[in-house]
Amino acid sequence: MAVIIKMENIIKSFPGVLANNNITLEIEEGEILCLLGENGAGKSTLMNILYGLYCHDQGNIYIKGEKVEFSGPGDAIDRGIGMVHQHFMLVPVFTVLENLILGSELVKGLSLDLLRSKKELEEISSRYGMEMNLDAYVRDISVGMQQRVEILKLLYRGADIMIFDEPTAILTPQEINELYKIMESLRKKGKTIIFITHKLKEVMEISDRVVVLRDGKVIEAVETKTTNVKELAQMMVGREVLFKTEKPDTKTGREILHVDNIYALNKRRLPALKGLSLNVSAGEVVGVAGIDGNGQTELVEVLTGLRKIGSGSILIDGINMENRKSGEFLDAGTAHIPEDRLLRGLILDFPLYENLILGYEDKKPFAKGIFLDFNAARDWAKKLIDKFDIRTAGVNVNAGTLSGGNQQKAVIARELQRNPKILIASQPTRGLDVGAIEFVHEKIMDAKKDNRAILLVSLELSEIMNLSDRILVIYEGKIIAEFKGGEVTEAEIGLMMAGGHR
Amino acid sequence: MNKNSLYNIFIENDSVFAFVKAFLAVLSAFILVYFILLVTGYRPLPVYSALFQGAFGSRRGFGETLLSTTPLLFSGLGFALAYRCGLFNIGLEGQITMGGIAAAFFGFIIPEINPFIHVLICISAGALAGGMWGFIPGYLKAKFGVHEVISVIMLNHIAFKFAAYLVSMQGPMKDKIDDMPASPVISESAKIVRIVSRTRLHWGIFLGIVIAVLVWFLLFRLRLGFKIRAVGKNPYAAEAAGISIKKHIIITLSLSGALGGLAGAVEILGVHYRLFAAFSPGYGFDAIAVALLGMVNPIGIIASSFLFGILRSGSVFMQAMYGVNKDMVSVITAIIVFFMGMSIPIGILIKDRIKRKNHGLDV
Repeated sequence: MAVIIKMENIIKSFPGVLANNNITLEIEEGEILCLLGENGAGKSTLMNILYGLYCHDQGNIYIKGEKVEFSGPGDAIDRGIGMVHQHFMLVPVFTVLENLILGSELVKGLSLDLLRSKKELEEISSRYGMEMNLDAYVRDISVGMQQRVEILKLLYRGADIMIFDEPTAILTPQEINELYKIMESLRKKGKTIIFITHKLKEVMEISDRVVVLRDGKVIEAVETKTTNVKELAQMMVGREVLFKTEKPDTKTGREILHVDNIYALNKRRLPALKGLSLNVSAGEVVGVAGIDGNGQTELVEVLTGLRKIGSGSILIDGINMENRKSGEFLDAGTAHIPEDRLLRGLILDFPLYENLILGYEDKKPFAKGIFLDFNAARDWAKKLIDKFDIRTAGVNVNAGTLSGGNQQKAVIARELQRNPKILIASQPTRGLDVGAIEFVHEKIMDAKKDNRAILLVSLELSEIMNLSDRILVIYEGKIIAEFKGGEVTEAEIGLMMAGGHR
Repeated sequence: MNKNSLYNIFIENDSVFAFVKAFLAVLSAFILVYFILLVTGYRPLPVYSALFQGAFGSRRGFGETLLSTTPLLFSGLGFALAYRCGLFNIGLEGQITMGGIAAAFFGFIIPEINPFIHVLICISAGALAGGMWGFIPGYLKAKFGVHEVISVIMLNHIAFKFAAYLVSMQGPMKDKIDDMPASPVISESAKIVRIVSRTRLHWGIFLGIVIAVLVWFLLFRLRLGFKIRAVGKNPYAAEAAGISIKKHIIITLSLSGALGGLAGAVEILGVHYRLFAAFSPGYGFDAIAVALLGMVNPIGIIASSFLFGILRSGSVFMQAMYGVNKDMVSVITAIIVFFMGMSIPIGILIKDRIKRKNHGLDV
């Protein structure tokens, strides 16, 4: 096949960082190419250069053998390059059709020729197997559908080369499968696809070829068929990755968390927890598996004092916690890794050191009478940064500027440093890359070694299977099955997650 | 990263960036009004010169400048404090009114006593009354989720009408001796002493600066301030860290109201010496502009309240000299607020552009 894009010796530096260090990349027409690398490896930078968002310092770009210079995305679009960003650029109060034609409207006199556009778009969407209701409002359609709108937008503008920036991060497993189908059909129609990801499984499933980036350099370019997950992980991280976290052998101690028959409502005041019971003992990891939306969020909120229960009881180390506030839960010995670190975990506009003392502000050595000792806070932050390997330019940097992995490390550092009796970890590795996931898992196992009780709520079944001593399956607000870790297959749990019976 | 480059000073140092933004907003306002004056047939430069001459040109003028700075400083601080907690206290005018009522009441009801104690009682009463007027919307928001903007606007009107009733013909605080719709004059010992002869300037301005420093300490050195800022920036994360959102909303709005009350009390005790129905000419609303121009930072607010003080006092002279309506300064104020509002998206845009060029990474 012909080489459609050639990026030659691309160098791009930002102050203090060499994001792309002499990268040469060839993309063949009609292939699905995966750009694999950890966060910060330079994948997005490289693609933003190709899409005309950044200017490269050195190097050349050729499209179909012709040298090009882009001064903005407009030039790239004219050359048939399109990009689907992680965050969609859609107008929620417009219909799908209006969003699609925005910027390239067909007009009839003074009015829009919506009918003609609609016909054209219907034709395009059916050609690629992406049927959708063009009259629906974007705010009403699912995330997966919104992504389709973005893809359709590229097709409507005549893109032949499509860049997908981590498209699966926000999709459910079913939606991911749908996306794969769409990508297949795009390829069949001769489109070239560049797929940015840090998920190994996806690389194996969808790509023809994979280029691994690390520290701004191309490590390897291989045919997907000739490689495997383990090899790719090693190339990506630069060392061997243990996919199985070492599980320390700890004796299970006394019962720390006891939850009996609790009922609670969700945000929309509908029943979310319906008679749920569970318990976790010291030195034990209990995993809660389930499909999203079966009460996991509410369970974690109830166990951290962020949501009231209607009935039932919660005991933490023997203390009745019924309808106590979040601060009292912390005092009783809970620590909380929230499912959404950006919402519940961090204050993005606060510097790192202020984030690292959240919840400590009334405790020694930070509280000095009515004052808060910010020097002590900075010292404390420096210690945690070392201990948990948080990569940051300093303690004064705003939390919002850290990468996702380092943000999560900050949350984990703060929470584990509370010296909790029970750690409630909700989706602790969501959105993290392989290296960071490994780190988080290690820290959870360290906590187990320290004889803490751990409740792990996660949508990643493999994570639950890997770490848990006991696995509970949550379905429609109740625990409907319990397994011993290591004595159950993914298929068995999967069946229960769907509400099936043994 | 190269710490010393101009770019870093500009972008990484938020307070420098903030100062530049505020400066540009003021400058743009003056430039725009320059053209407005030109179009409406005035000679802009002499008009501006009269404005500043009025504010600085004489001892009396400068005294008046600092005199109008004082209530703006208090109420600006009040607005900023609430704003830091994510609350929009547009009710300062009502809180000023309540503070003025309380200060006037204790000012004339108590006969001559030790002036220090008398002023202290009146000021405390004013702060308490304003605090009460902040506590109510705080409580309503915490308990029933009533949006503070709605409740304080209603409370404003209650306060205005209450003050008007008190000094009306049948009002309980109406002065029996003269015919003015006003309260009796306060006792001599309740008056805040003037500091410079042949001016009306009293030491309330120093109290204001002390309070500004205290508010700065509250926000940036005290545990309470840390929690207030945490709730303001991300209530969800604050709650997860055990900080009570409701409690801090009530505390902050009460304190914010108390600062408004202080403004009212100091205005009555230092300038008017008696209660009139509408003794505050909109200081509580100007507070929003003052706080925003001061980048909701107490130290910045000292500077911005001074600027608005200049505009208020200089405008009188400007009107007398050239017949430019003194409300022209409201136009300047409005344009400053407009540019400060715009500077947020524009500032983000500029920062973004520079960052994209220089930093980038995986965005």
